[in-house]
Amino acid sequence: MTDITDLGVADIRNGVRAGTFSAREVATAFNEQVAGAKALNAFLIDTPEHALAAADAIDAKRAAGEELPIMAGVPIGMKDLFCTVGVEARAASEILNGFKPTYESTVSQKLWDAGAGMLGKLNMDQFAMGSSNETSAFGNVISPWRRNDGGNAPLAPGGSSGGSSAAIAARLCPAATGTDTGGSIRQPAAFTGISGIKPTYGRCSRWGVIAFASSLDQAGPMARDVRDCAIMLEAMSGFDPKDSTSLDLPVPQWEAGLSSDLKGKRVGIPREYRMDGMNAEIAAIWDQGAEWLRDAGAEIVEVSLPHTRYALPAYYIIAPAEASSNLARYDGVRYGQRNLPDGAGLQDMYAATRAAGFGPEVKRRIMIGTYVLSAGFYDAYYTQAQKVRALIARDFAQVWEHCDVLLAPTAPSAAFGLGENSDDPIAMYLNDVFAVPASLAGLPAMSVPGGLDSMGLPLGLQIIGKPLDEQGVLNAGLAIEERAGFTARPERWW
Amino acid sequence: MSVDSKTVKKIANLARIAMTDAEVEAMVPEFNGILGWVEQLGEVDVTGVEPMTAVIPNTLRLRDDVVTDGDIRDKVLANAPAAEHGFFGVPKVIE
Repeated sequence: MTDITDLGVADIRNGVRAGTFSAREVATAFNEQVAGAKALNAFLIDTPEHALAAADAIDAKRAAGEELPIMAGVPIGMKDLFCTVGVEARAASEILNGFKPTYESTVSQKLWDAGAGMLGKLNMDQFAMGSSNETSAFGNVISPWRRNDGGNAPLAPGGSSGGSSAAIAARLCPAATGTDTGGSIRQPAAFTGISGIKPTYGRCSRWGVIAFASSLDQAGPMARDVRDCAIMLEAMSGFDPKDSTSLDLPVPQWEAGLSSDLKGKRVGIPREYRMDGMNAEIAAIWDQGAEWLRDAGAEIVEVSLPHTRYALPAYYIIAPAEASSNLARYDGVRYGQRNLPDGAGLQDMYAATRAAGFGPEVKRRIMIGTYVLSAGFYDAYYTQAQKVRALIARDFAQVWEHCDVLLAPTAPSAAFGLGENSDDPIAMYLNDVFAVPASLAGLPAMSVPGGLDSMGLPLGLQIIGKPLDEQGVLNAGLAIEERAGFTARPERWW
Repeated sequence: MSVDSKTVKKIANLARIAMTDAEVEAMVPEFNGILGWVEQLGEVDVTGVEPMTAVIPNTLRLRDDVVTDGDIRDKVLANAPAAEHGFFGVPKVIE
């Protein structure tokens, strides 16, 4: 029999339903993988007992002849941004040291209700602020991938959902939750040769997800293929009265609706994404992706999104502004760490707690956000950025008159080495240049593996869809997946 | 627009983040680098454009004005670094 840990979500669920193996066998196998992969630093906390308890509940249901839910017996990794009862949730920060939620995030509860179990909490960029997983207070996640040059330079798994991407690529879990504020599902998926989808803003409840930038934050699934993403997105989505921006709409049956036949569909290639100095291998895989979609029956059309180049600077006003407001709650009073210097008053306690508890990138963004929202600068920065954001959204709305989905690269390069990009914040921010526009417009977007570059590292292709058209995005992703035949996987060294 | 160390200190105070003078000095060029980069937004013509307020059209829901939770004091306090007598404990704020 194949190794259980090589199976994805659909195969595990189907195998458990058919009785090919028990959910307990699956959980046990993945628990062992997690325990044996400490060198990757992907998991912050292991919760093998949670995975086993969920598995036993599924095995008991099956024994009783009950119908098994859509993620029955599938153990997953949980990004440390999600609150789960009784398990420390720290957003990979010091300031939430010791915080054990007394409540369950809506998304994680939905996953448990769908039959999934939790293998552990996954490392990430601190408060989801980063593109390489180098801002975690718990050290870097190491990508399981290595360049084929014989050197063993440790590579970034992408970020902020870098623990999720590394764990899936290394077969420590078949799938994991991610969150995407400006590319944090898609870029790490691209770096590690897996798939991930950020749904339309409002599909997944933000309740119980530690907030970064609330008008952008969306949870989504990360897994090894498109079908697995569709299954898990179905489990995670749905209206939640506890989130005021949750969409009160039925959850489509995305798995049942999968079809790679794109006849009659038009795929837009946004010309502004072809930037000066673009990496030749990225340009080549993008062209190849268009060719695959044409082969699937789609018509390829060139389109224009004129305000593309302003998306990243707008994002780096809006996201820090929202972060500075959201992260004001970390005051050393209600949860997490408190630093109380001798003789300090309340204000000194706040300042000392936040100085010790936040990492440098988090402080940088809080400071920028505080500045752009401060008296005298609000209109020049924040209001201007929200106007530009409206123009970026309008660009997309106009483009949907000419095409059904857009195809673009996910990231401007393959995975870079840890430390290679950390001196210059703006160089790091540029990683999300292709990901951020869809975030600003709240659109569904996914990354699927396209192939390997000359260094043997995965490259991702991004599909961006109309509001609420996750199906169109998944279907185009599936068409690429079937033609790319991406089977490469990192050789085990950990 | 470029900021100096005095401005960075003021922002750090507004953000309630204690910073040493050395940290302030180190942040001045970073701050200016990022602000200089985002200021390219100023060249976009936004005449007649309303600032975005919602990415996906959605109406804010109203619900009945009734208590839907409560009686969870111990849960609320469970993670407080210094809970005392059923309250959040803080350093003295009045003399």
